[in-house]
Amino acid sequence: MLEIKNLFASIGDKEILRGVNLTIPDGEIHAIMGPNGAGKSTLSYVLSGREGYDVTSGEALYNGQNILDLTPEDRAAAGIFLAFQYPVELPGVGNANFLRTAVNAVRRKRGEPELDAVAFLKLARAAVKNLHMQDDMLKRNVNVGFSGGEKKRNEVLQMALLAPGLAILDETDSGLDIDALKIVAEGVNALRSEKFSALVITHYQRLLDYIVPDKVHVLAAGRIIRSGGPELALELEAHGYAGLEAA
Amino acid sequence: MTALPTRKLEAFKYTDLRALESISFAEPQAAPAPQSLPDLGIPRLVFLNGVFNESLSSSLSFVESFAPITEATTQPLALINAEHAQTGLTLNIPAGTDAGAILILSHASGAEPFAFHPRHRIRLGQGASLTLIEIAKGEGVYWHNPVTDITLEAGASLAHYRLQDESPTAFHLATLRATIGADAAYESFTAIIGAKLSRTEFHATLTGPGAHTHLNAAQLLGDAQHGDFTTVVNHAAPNCTSRQTVKSVLTDSARGVFQGRIEVAKHAQKTDGYQMTQALLLSPTAEMDIKPELQIYADDVKCSHGATIGALDPEQIFYLRSRGIAEDTARAMLIRAFLTEALEPVTHATAHTLFETAIESWWAAK
Repeated sequence: MLEIKNLFASIGDKEILRGVNLTIPDGEIHAIMGPNGAGKSTLSYVLSGREGYDVTSGEALYNGQNILDLTPEDRAAAGIFLAFQYPVELPGVGNANFLRTAVNAVRRKRGEPELDAVAFLKLARAAVKNLHMQDDMLKRNVNVGFSGGEKKRNEVLQMALLAPGLAILDETDSGLDIDALKIVAEGVNALRSEKFSALVITHYQRLLDYIVPDKVHVLAAGRIIRSGGPELALELEAHGYAGLEAA
Repeated sequence: MTALPTRKLEAFKYTDLRALESISFAEPQAAPAPQSLPDLGIPRLVFLNGVFNESLSSSLSFVESFAPITEATTQPLALINAEHAQTGLTLNIPAGTDAGAILILSHASGAEPFAFHPRHRIRLGQGASLTLIEIAKGEGVYWHNPVTDITLEAGASLAHYRLQDESPTAFHLATLRATIGADAAYESFTAIIGAKLSRTEFHATLTGPGAHTHLNAAQLLGDAQHGDFTTVVNHAAPNCTSRQTVKSVLTDSARGVFQGRIEVAKHAQKTDGYQMTQALLLSPTAEMDIKPELQIYADDVKCSHGATIGALDPEQIFYLRSRGIAEDTARAMLIRAFLTEALEPVTHATAHTLFETAIESWWAAK
């Protein structure tokens, strides 16, 4: 379970998050929507531990532990996964080597046995197939020369292999055509269980047709100004954020 | 003795050899065999303090005895070498022979500072082939000033892999000159890791149509180390290709130098020359000096060069860490990835493992 309590965060002198309160119980998928500059990406980076963001007050408890003091790698081992809005290219780093290093680093910290090359490849090939990805994805350099859709699928592949308890999807739908969107959504839905929760950040209601959330929150000017069921997303699609903020 | 070159010489603008002048270098003494020497499982030729040691070496029919030299250039380091050279390797691979892989190992040690000036000559007859791995190691203060002359006759192929892993208090000034005949290929990679001050100077001349060379290097330097990789590729015949990828990883207050010149003679049409140098500075006090030069007299050529200097990308480090990979491992992965292109000519498995291990242990010690 993720509990964000009165979270304030800034970049330099600029305050971006101004008292975010949010609880995501195990097994639930919550969506965060909001206009540009609302602080959606900042929230995802603060939760995953990217440098350059100062948490000025508040806390974020994951399964009772305040994660804000942990290194990014320890957060990953604890079960938090960030699917990047702009996945990073790593020239010279093979995808299979990258994935295996990550999986084994996380398994080591979780006290699970490491996977040898054969066991890993078996697991990875199966995951690649599930996501309708080309076999050579594992041989290529991480995200180098990948199309927008391939990059996002590669994020979901990493998520499937790292088996997180909480996934944060930062505009995973951006740059995807409808077929890729469906595949990505299937990948996320396949992980749905009582032990898995997700925070889906998106601009558009479209993604939520495929990943149906339990709750929808609206983030504006660094605070959650409204929460509701999936129908809230439809309302936003129809009327925009402007009316809402005025209300 | 011929005077050491000073920084007033354009070719030595970035590398100051004055530190050598303040040390009095003795003649090398006979050295006891070190407790352990690298064994790569291939025939090995061992030099201790520059002197060939037969009992530690494999016997090879290609090895000929050292012959005196007359030096006809103005290159100061080669002239100094010629004044002192009393030993070295002469390898003669007959035409059509595949000589497999050979390791040349130089090990230096002594209580007092000393200098040694080996002169190696490597000749491959028509269509001959050889993989040559060189390792230079040692302990203490010494000046290793080797000159290696390489001749490849038509269609010959030499893969030359060099690991400069000298003592941290040593000086290593190597000059290599390769003459590459028609359709011959000289593929080289040099890892520059050791020595307090080092310079590796390559002169490759492509003398026949279809000749090809790769002069790649990786410099991994820390503390106050100075490493200089200088190349002159001379396209003296048409339809030749040259490739240079030089990568430097510098930390602490290390300083790296790359000077690369591509010369294309007037009749060397259809030359294809490429040079890329990239440096990764891991500390604010590290320094890289790069001087690419193209001298082109032909009018139908493809020549390009590029140079970049940067730091590790924090975005890439965060990406790896967000996947559970520890920061140190993330950095090591990115540094290894940075070096990948330079290692491209290293197609021999034994050599590849040698460099992988050297890169890993360099990073582990940082």
